[in-house]
Amino acid sequence: MITQLLFIIILAAAIYLFSKNAGKVRRNILLGKPADRSDNPAMRWKTMAKIALGQTKMVKRPLAAVMHFFIYVGFIIINLEVMEIMIDGVFGSHRIFSKPLGSLYGLLIGGFEILAVLVLTACVIFLARRNIVRLKRFSGVEMTEWPKSDANYILIIEILLMTAFLTMNAADSKLQLLNIGHYVKAGSFPVSSFIGPLLPDSAGALEIIERGCWWFHIIGILAFLNYLPYSKHFHILLAFPNTYYSNLHPKGEFTNMAAVTNEVKAMLDPSFTPESTGEIARFGAKDVTDLTWKNLMEAYTCTECGRCTSVCPANITGKLLSPRKIMMDTRDRITEVGNNIDKHGKDHQDGKTLLDDYITREELWACTTCNACVDACPVNINPLEIITEMRRYVVMEESQAPASLNNMFGNVENNGAPWKYSAADRLNWANDDAR
Amino acid sequence: MNQKIPTMAEMAAEGKKPEILFWVGCAGSFDERAQKITRDICKILNHVGISFAVLGTEESCTGDPAKRAGNEFLFQMQAMSNIQVLDGYEIKKIVTGCPHCFNTIKNEYPDLGGNYEVIHHTQLIQQLIDEGKLKAEGGESFKGKRITYHDPCYLGRGNNVYEAPRAALEILDTELVELKRCKSNGLCCGAGGAQMFKEPEKGNKDINAERMTDVLEAKADIVAAACPFCMTMLRDGVKLENKEQEIQVLDIAEITVRANGI
Repeated sequence: MITQLLFIIILAAAIYLFSKNAGKVRRNILLGKPADRSDNPAMRWKTMAKIALGQTKMVKRPLAAVMHFFIYVGFIIINLEVMEIMIDGVFGSHRIFSKPLGSLYGLLIGGFEILAVLVLTACVIFLARRNIVRLKRFSGVEMTEWPKSDANYILIIEILLMTAFLTMNAADSKLQLLNIGHYVKAGSFPVSSFIGPLLPDSAGALEIIERGCWWFHIIGILAFLNYLPYSKHFHILLAFPNTYYSNLHPKGEFTNMAAVTNEVKAMLDPSFTPESTGEIARFGAKDVTDLTWKNLMEAYTCTECGRCTSVCPANITGKLLSPRKIMMDTRDRITEVGNNIDKHGKDHQDGKTLLDDYITREELWACTTCNACVDACPVNINPLEIITEMRRYVVMEESQAPASLNNMFGNVENNGAPWKYSAADRLNWANDDAR
Repeated sequence: MNQKIPTMAEMAAEGKKPEILFWVGCAGSFDERAQKITRDICKILNHVGISFAVLGTEESCTGDPAKRAGNEFLFQMQAMSNIQVLDGYEIKKIVTGCPHCFNTIKNEYPDLGGNYEVIHHTQLIQQLIDEGKLKAEGGESFKGKRITYHDPCYLGRGNNVYEAPRAALEILDTELVELKRCKSNGLCCGAGGAQMFKEPEKGNKDINAERMTDVLEAKADIVAAACPFCMTMLRDGVKLENKEQEIQVLDIAEITVRANGI
């Protein structure tokens, strides 16, 4: 009875804490400017099913895709087992699904065990790729101590959870054979039966191991849940809404700035009176709150895999720009803005901005807008949109474009071409056909 | 061969309307190398008997480089005055010689009131091949040559046009090799996002030099391009490697003209 109560208290506390912190992330995301992504729900569901659920963009790197798929499927399916653990924990039952499911239960438990081994293997390989093989994709200026530790913590926690799960089953199956108390004959143990011989034979010790692993496993899962909002691992939740709200337009199409359209129309036609757009917004983005909620959601969805940076032509050729850093900087800054609100109230200014304090102009101007990063992201994150918004601020609010680009602007404005040629010569190519 | 290049103004004066407007673009109009491609696109149009016209001196930059560089004001000014000209001639269908013009007019003009059916010249060539009007017969043979294709970002990733330019190469009696980084994985030439008009940021090499490693690895004799900016960057890359004698950079339109003996 006491253990049931304890379990309920821990469960409730974990859910409360998680909701609170996830709510903060949600609040931070909604600090962004509005963006309408409510059109075409059928296409959106399809995109989410394909890209988040079906992980179709992962296949470009087959080894990582297979390993990731093991962990993903393992996570989802083993959650069925967690449901049983929750019910057992609350009601003080033991393997409550075993009776109603009958022989299917054995099949399920057997399946979970095999998945657990696959998850374990994948996590070990992932750890090795990061720490022994040291894949280039996992390093870079933005991959400082915390992002690297974060990745390792996640893998280690998963390894521990799977080990506890298998050890629990091993002790349980041994207890079942001893016909001890409530340890009814249930389940099949294709993997943990190999661990069994390593465990002691006394019923008392086995029970301690079984209960110990049971508690470790479930508390571990709840702790992990609460780690998510602080970690890149939050992608396991946000990948779904993030792909649902994907940009459905061609990648080459950049957003239209309606505020500019009004001004240009007024300039071309003095009789034009624009519809009121409410408060006068800043052109482009200087800080994270100038970005849309979708940009900010993407920042929290990023799991720092580095596929974007590894295909970025600027990064490949040694420039400062790294699309992953753009996303991580955006996330770190919006988190900072959120923390400021919590500490100092809504209107607090800390004198910092995303531009210059996090992202330098050199990074922004190195981008070729080639969309390789956008295409590479397995969860449809768009670093290019943030870069473009910041260029817009630098150019339209500050007039601080590089001198050569200002020349180009001048040529376009005066000659209708980015080079200094006269518009009158535009058809000359047609007249020297003999060349 | 002297060919007639009708302008919209001339056609309108005669009370005629062309089937399609050929949007030449700034590079196609002024860059000497790109002018050759422009003339070849016209040769193809004339060869298959499509009635077309150009805007000539009434054409102006689409605003693409301004928009990519963050100057939305300048972009929209350009776009709106171009839309005025296009709508003045009641233009419905446009073929462009440049993926950047193609992307901008096709995707970004509709928000500003300009709605046209826009295709890139490689898509037109693919259509003509499908209709049997272009065959790769009666001209230069590419037999024994290794040809590769460099995907322009704003045609490929930007608009998912990967097959049309390849269709023009597949009909040649030759060996097609893909670059290591191709299609959606293609590496930029380094010119996009207004980089064409500025010096690159500090790094350890130029992007077109990096792209040359793919070209050299493919052991290609001809690199096919479909964008005047890629053309410049790829040619500079070839020069950098001192391979001007061994490697030719040709636009899909030029290859088509040669193969058909137009």
